[in-house]
Amino acid sequence: MPLPRRRTHRLAADAGLLVVAVAFAVPLVWLVLASLDTEATLRVRLPKSPTLDNFSAVLTDEITFTPMLNSLLICGGATLLTVVCAALAAYPLSRFRSRLTRPYLLTVLFSTCLPVTAVMVPVYGLFVQVDLIDTRYGTALFLAAAQLPFAIWLMKNFMDGVPKVLEEAAWTDGASWPQTLLRVILPLMGPGVAVVAIYTFIMMWGNFFVPFMLLLSPEQLPASVSIFTFFGNYGAIAFGELAAFSILYSTPVVVLYILVSGRLGGGFALGGAVKG
Amino acid sequence: MTGAVARAAVRARRPGARPAGGPRARLLGWSPLVPATVLLLLFLVGPIGYCVLIAFTDTQLTGQESASFVGLANFRQAFGDPAFRNAVVLTLVFTVLSSLVGQNTLGLALAGLMRRASRPVRALTGAMVITAWVLPEIVAGFLLYTFFERRGTLNALLDQLHLPAQNWLFTLPIVAVSFANVWRGTAFSMLIYSAALAGIPQEVTESAEVDGAGGLRRLWHITLPMIRRSIGTNLMLNTLQTLSVFGLIWVMTRGGPGNRSQTLPVFMYDQAFLKSLIGYGTAVALLLLLVGALFSVVYLRLLREEV
Repeated sequence: MPLPRRRTHRLAADAGLLVVAVAFAVPLVWLVLASLDTEATLRVRLPKSPTLDNFSAVLTDEITFTPMLNSLLICGGATLLTVVCAALAAYPLSRFRSRLTRPYLLTVLFSTCLPVTAVMVPVYGLFVQVDLIDTRYGTALFLAAAQLPFAIWLMKNFMDGVPKVLEEAAWTDGASWPQTLLRVILPLMGPGVAVVAIYTFIMMWGNFFVPFMLLLSPEQLPASVSIFTFFGNYGAIAFGELAAFSILYSTPVVVLYILVSGRLGGGFALGGAVKG
Repeated sequence: MTGAVARAAVRARRPGARPAGGPRARLLGWSPLVPATVLLLLFLVGPIGYCVLIAFTDTQLTGQESASFVGLANFRQAFGDPAFRNAVVLTLVFTVLSSLVGQNTLGLALAGLMRRASRPVRALTGAMVITAWVLPEIVAGFLLYTFFERRGTLNALLDQLHLPAQNWLFTLPIVAVSFANVWRGTAFSMLIYSAALAGIPQEVTESAEVDGAGGLRRLWHITLPMIRRSIGTNLMLNTLQTLSVFGLIWVMTRGGPGNRSQTLPVFMYDQAFLKSLIGYGTAVALLLLLVGALFSVVYLRLLREEV
């Protein structure tokens, strides 16, 4: 009797998954309900009269616009730098064979695994000495460097997938390597470049520790840190506004993730990319 | 003449042929590596080198001039410091609970169940688990704080079930932050294991089923051995990620109450900045880096077997 047995299997699997789904959903449900409730507490509860007042309360220069703009400047600039450097670096690593290639790639892979958290104390010390502390471009430079190893690795794997025939034709026509890279290879791996850029941006947007350490003045802080300084002093804080701001701050990365996950398929190529 | 011919022949044989000849052009071919390398040297290798230097001095946040070489004193101080040992133990508890046991097992279980579940349930669970993963660390910290807080949702649920409520962040802070990390990080394991399970040929499972192997035996003798490489990769990456968690713990408990959820990154921050002992904090950072480096080397070894 294979059919009924398979059916009970499926019901059991469904039940198990639903339990986990509900457990994972509870904090998310709080987030949504509290954002619509001006008298939100720490508990999940339906708002008496759902309003968007929380959102209009946080949509001010000080709470939302300045930090979000800072986030955009820091993470956008850093992403741009990372993607340009990674695309350039991936080109010789993907195309030329030399004794240098393998050790370089292994070093890159090795540094993707190092805990960046641990480097932050010396980075702070260095930044104080070279006067990069409390500057947005300094923070962006460090974020770019920290994401670069993984970006190089991903980019190289994507570039390996572009056939060489077309480039060779371009060389025959006398094209230089920058022209080949810019006009032939990168357009062919557009989706790959987009994935690297979006992934890098998501990682930076959510990063708390790096700007928390390297930026001091309130008007420079990105959203990841400002949310903490505005709402971090618990006590009589407005939980509804915290929830509303959390939603505003999280939306860009959730949207970007949905964009990439379609491209990467269910398995999220991350796993495959990491495995080489 | 013969040299040139030989060189041309070598170049033709190589898979990586390149635009124009000469050694100078060849060197120029590597120039695209320069920006990335400079950035990495300045902002990653530089700080690590600086870390190694400072860890052997008594540098403090105020008065840089007074810093002097103190040899291994910082490390000796660390190993003799009960607060440091406390942080090591808590880091181990946090890593084992949340990464090895929590994310890894739950991720595998979810991936396994998803292969049997109906499509809408699979999609719903996937969406919830992945949303928890995609949300920024600080938002996750706030959400789990409201969940575990004394007046929070968990206690409300326990009240409903007539079970005793507790002040979780006070009585079991390290367990609470571990659960928070499971909530936040399980999606990664789930995705890795989903891909791995999808790679097992169906015939293998079916023939085992025909031979009468029960579910547990199939798991132990067939599934786990077949995905052992993914298990290795996943454990390594999870552990490295968990070792450097700071924001989540900082938002939920700030390492407290007292130092009962103070893992190594939080301890390092506390010593270096709140207590202004940069030298000592850096020594702790260096130890953390060494542990990370060790894991990375093991990870690279695992990959080499596979490639």
